[in-house]
Amino acid sequence: MSVAPTLAEATLPAAPPRRRPIIAIVLFLALATMPLAVSLGLPAHWLTLVTRAMIFAIAALSLDLILGVGGLVSFGHAAFIGIGAYVTGIMITEGRSEALLILPVILAACALFAAITGAVSLRTRGVAFIMITLAFGQMAYFLAQALSAYGGDDGLTLYERSTLAGFKPFANRTSFFYVVLATLVGCYALISTIVASRFGRALRAARENATRVTVTGYDVGRIRLIAYVISGMIAGLSGFFLANQTDFVSPAFISWQRSGELIFMVVLGGVGSLHGAIIGALAYLFAEDVLSGWTEHWRVIFGPLIVLFVLFTRGGLVGIIGKLTSKFGSKRDD
Amino acid sequence: MTEPVLALSGVRKAFGALKVTDGVDLALAPGELHALIGPNGAGKTTLVHQISGMLRPDAGSIRFRGADITSLTPETRARAGLARTFQITSTIASLSVLENVALSVQARASHPLALFRNAARDEALNRPAWAAIEAVGLTERAHMLARRLSHGEKRALEIAMALTLEPAAILLDEPLAGVGREEGERLIALLRSLKGRYAMLLVEHDMEAVFALADTVSVLVYGRVIASGDPATVRADPAVREAYLGEEG
Repeated sequence: MSVAPTLAEATLPAAPPRRRPIIAIVLFLALATMPLAVSLGLPAHWLTLVTRAMIFAIAALSLDLILGVGGLVSFGHAAFIGIGAYVTGIMITEGRSEALLILPVILAACALFAAITGAVSLRTRGVAFIMITLAFGQMAYFLAQALSAYGGDDGLTLYERSTLAGFKPFANRTSFFYVVLATLVGCYALISTIVASRFGRALRAARENATRVTVTGYDVGRIRLIAYVISGMIAGLSGFFLANQTDFVSPAFISWQRSGELIFMVVLGGVGSLHGAIIGALAYLFAEDVLSGWTEHWRVIFGPLIVLFVLFTRGGLVGIIGKLTSKFGSKRDD
Repeated sequence: MTEPVLALSGVRKAFGALKVTDGVDLALAPGELHALIGPNGAGKTTLVHQISGMLRPDAGSIRFRGADITSLTPETRARAGLARTFQITSTIASLSVLENVALSVQARASHPLALFRNAARDEALNRPAWAAIEAVGLTERAHMLARRLSHGEKRALEIAMALTLEPAAILLDEPLAGVGREEGERLIALLRSLKGRYAMLLVEHDMEAVFALADTVSVLVYGRVIASGDPATVRADPAVREAYLGEEG
């Protein structure tokens, strides 16, 4: 038992109720029913699409930790997807297809790349930070192009997929789906926990007012670097899944356009909310799929849609959901 | 005489040709409330920035609790017990009052950056935070977001954050600036309640407050301390009257 409550404690104002991640839970439950929906007649193509979207959701989620929570707009996040994908591709090519071997290598490689590039780029803020992360991303891109032993510019085709503890969950569309979903839920739970922790509070505070956090006694640079490393490692996981799903790895995975797409997924969903990044990734890939089904010039439609969306919505899709639900529920003091 | 908590000797800082701090010597005794006054542009905030570590002096030394801190980073100085508030209030707008203060408690906790334990429900952080919030009279506002506080309440919040650092010295950069009369009086009462317990360097424009609170007053003009002593002596000093107090009418 803790110490007896003091007189003051009895008169303290009540804490506001805890917010529960209802939207995220509903979202995960809905996703979990996808294979059932497919067995009931939804086109099987959808399962592949949603798996791919969830793979990008893992990367977008990790980006939201530094971009939304930490306030650092990284324009080189695709590099981590690329490292994850290339480590997977190279190890499978070399006959080491076991995920329990590949994943530690991915996590270590991403952590190392993040620590080195972060230590340099985090010395800057704002546009300079964007440009430096972009430059590191492009470095990784050209490095991948130079890997002539592993496909170089043409990319690397994989003739088998990873095993997981000897089993072959990636050989089957449905089990692949569930492994990715479980990873996504795990990453969401992990990042949510981190955001609510002491570390997360300091990171959030530093986004708003780094000077205050510094004079309170924190090394803001170190806090941001830790967040950057965690974010990079999680993004590496999505590279592992992407390589296994597409049976192919190429420098295009690392291109700056891909980094830009990740930023847009986060913005589309709602910056800093975490579940927004997931919703954003799902919406982005769904829109891309639908529009590219209509016309091969789908980008001509998609571009202006993005512009309109950014202009007319604040807080992304999550903001819209919030507005709709607050019409039914009681208004929150915010 | 007791050893000062904070001692500046020969501190100099120039921005180009402009000498903003021109050989300042200043000592802050334990429990002393030392007011630093001076006309606009005298270099008061620049001096506070140098003491807190946000600017590095060109020459001279700053000693804090007997150790030379001249080249330490602001966060190291804060952890050593040197707290400060800002001329323009500096709180975390989207966090509640309680979370702002708990963030400050957390900085001195044994695991300030623990990754997995929930921080908002951490009683080891919240209990000291409540004590500081009560000390500055913000108990009723504890769950309100900092951005919703009035100007004076934000000042009080900054002071609460400073208190939880268990400071040996607090630098207060114009805590009364822009605060209305009623709130100003509440803040003066708050500072008076802290007087004697903490060494405080108070930069302030409000002469009434300075002469009501300060044990010692130093006058800074063009980066130099032109007078220093008890309030009555400084008030009577002809050089001070000419340089500064005269303008106040």
